[in-house]
Amino acid sequence: MNFPALAGAILFWLLAWALNEWLVRQRFQSRTAASAARFTVPILFGITILVLWEGIVRGFGIPSVLLPAPSMIWQRLVNSLPTLAADFRQTFLKSVLTGYALGCGLGFLVAILIDRSPFLQKGLLPLGNFVSALPVIGVAPIMVMWFGFDWQSKVAVVVIMTFFPMLVNTVSGLAAASHMERDLMRTYAASWWQTLVKLRLPAAWPFIFNALKINSTLALIGAIVAEFFGTPIVGMGFRISTEVGRMNVDMVWAEIAVAALAGSAFYGVVALVERAVTFWHPSIRSGRA
Amino acid sequence: MRAESLLRDKLLPISTVVLFLIAVWYVAAVFLNAPFERDTAARAGTEIAISDLVRNTMAQERPVLPAPHQVIAEIWDTTANKAITSKRSLVYHAWITLSATLLGFGIGAALGILLAVGIVHNRAMDRSLMPWVIASQTIPILAIAPMIIVVLNAVGIAGLLPKALISTYLSFFPVVVGMVKGLRSPETIQLDLMHTYNASQAQTFWKLRWPSSMPYLFTSLKVAVAISLVGAIVGELPTGAVAGLGARLLAGSYYGQTVQIWAALFMAAALAAVLVMIVGLAHSAVLRRMGARP
Repeated sequence: MNFPALAGAILFWLLAWALNEWLVRQRFQSRTAASAARFTVPILFGITILVLWEGIVRGFGIPSVLLPAPSMIWQRLVNSLPTLAADFRQTFLKSVLTGYALGCGLGFLVAILIDRSPFLQKGLLPLGNFVSALPVIGVAPIMVMWFGFDWQSKVAVVVIMTFFPMLVNTVSGLAAASHMERDLMRTYAASWWQTLVKLRLPAAWPFIFNALKINSTLALIGAIVAEFFGTPIVGMGFRISTEVGRMNVDMVWAEIAVAALAGSAFYGVVALVERAVTFWHPSIRSGRA
Repeated sequence: MRAESLLRDKLLPISTVVLFLIAVWYVAAVFLNAPFERDTAARAGTEIAISDLVRNTMAQERPVLPAPHQVIAEIWDTTANKAITSKRSLVYHAWITLSATLLGFGIGAALGILLAVGIVHNRAMDRSLMPWVIASQTIPILAIAPMIIVVLNAVGIAGLLPKALISTYLSFFPVVVGMVKGLRSPETIQLDLMHTYNASQAQTFWKLRWPSSMPYLFTSLKVAVAISLVGAIVGELPTGAVAGLGARLLAGSYYGQTVQIWAALFMAAALAAVLVMIVGLAHSAVLRRMGARP
């Protein structure tokens, strides 16, 4: 047991906690100080978790096979950048982005196509909701059989996973414009097409972005899990499952860190675009996303 | 406005779409399985008639896409015709997965509710925890599943709990988000009323915040139970687990047993549907007890 490391970590934790408690109780005069405080609190919390992690691993002498310390993971990450970059290219750039674009695009198109048929909507919506609750990820082995080991099969999995959330959200988004507004468009003698572009699509953006955000996480998960079922010797899912087998746990964590970073960045980009597109929405106007 | 009719607005459209999908499935099965039949015929040096071709594509041992009735036959065979304790019984595998799902869901829901209560009552927790709760979901936890299971196995925790923990991680998030929203849903005017009654914080919580969060809770529980089933299935994938629906999927994909994969998939779908339905029933039961009118 290594007491100084453990004690240091716990001391840091208590200090950071006290600082956070103090920070959220402050009333700042200037806007910048207030927003700086708002950012500091969660960041401090994150750093605290890392410090505690490091302290516990060192303090109790946990073998690195079980749980490597953050510093070790960082070293590993820096040392194996080329491998990680190749995996990132294979999984994220090829599988995730292609599948995400195709799946969301298809869901959107189908939603627009069935927009004019209430009959089809009534038939497809409950099914879409149902499928969203299913463990769709299970189709991964089938897709791997059909489309081979390379990234095409992962794209297929991602397309299937992202299609239904997009369909359901777009359809309910297109129904979001109220009767008053639609009647107004009618009095302007607007065509269906004009109503769609000028009224109903803008009203649907919050719903569509909701689906885009859900899908950004789903897509990454789908691609990685699909790689467990067979892949060429590159890719994040492949690396994770093989390095676990070889007990290189620090490499696995490095891969996870990359995945987490990619996932968060992806989500963040979608959220930023959402802020720009739906700037009029109450949840954005009041400054809370 | 016309009244909703069950037949016209629900059954008819849904069954039309389902029938259409089944028809598409049969056609796809014929087309995807046909090359194999043509190959066999060519190797035998014979021409195969269209009618034979279609009939054969429906009854292959390892089809590219099994026809629906093959899948249903397989499900019937592995549920009704096998003893429940047998390793070949789909019910046995479904039960393994279900137990992990329920354990994980239970822990996840409890953890989510506790976190939400903390977040609502403590500003520091709200500010520091909430962003990380959201960030935690951008991490593809399912990708970490193999490692969590290997690590926990090494520490000596084996069996149900590791899988359940993955379900927990996935299911606590919707509960936290929903419950924070729900516990904050009472309006200022209602909170002020509690204040004028000189209600303590605990009383406000049990008599106002908790009841008004129920609709939010059950909506998130529906999402949580579905996602924790996914967690349990994926948790079974990478460790070469011997039992469970995930293990059936993996074994099926190793040995090319497509019918088995589809049967496991259908079982998982049925399980998800039943779980979501049970939560939905509990939802309406609770709302009725609370005096809500449908």
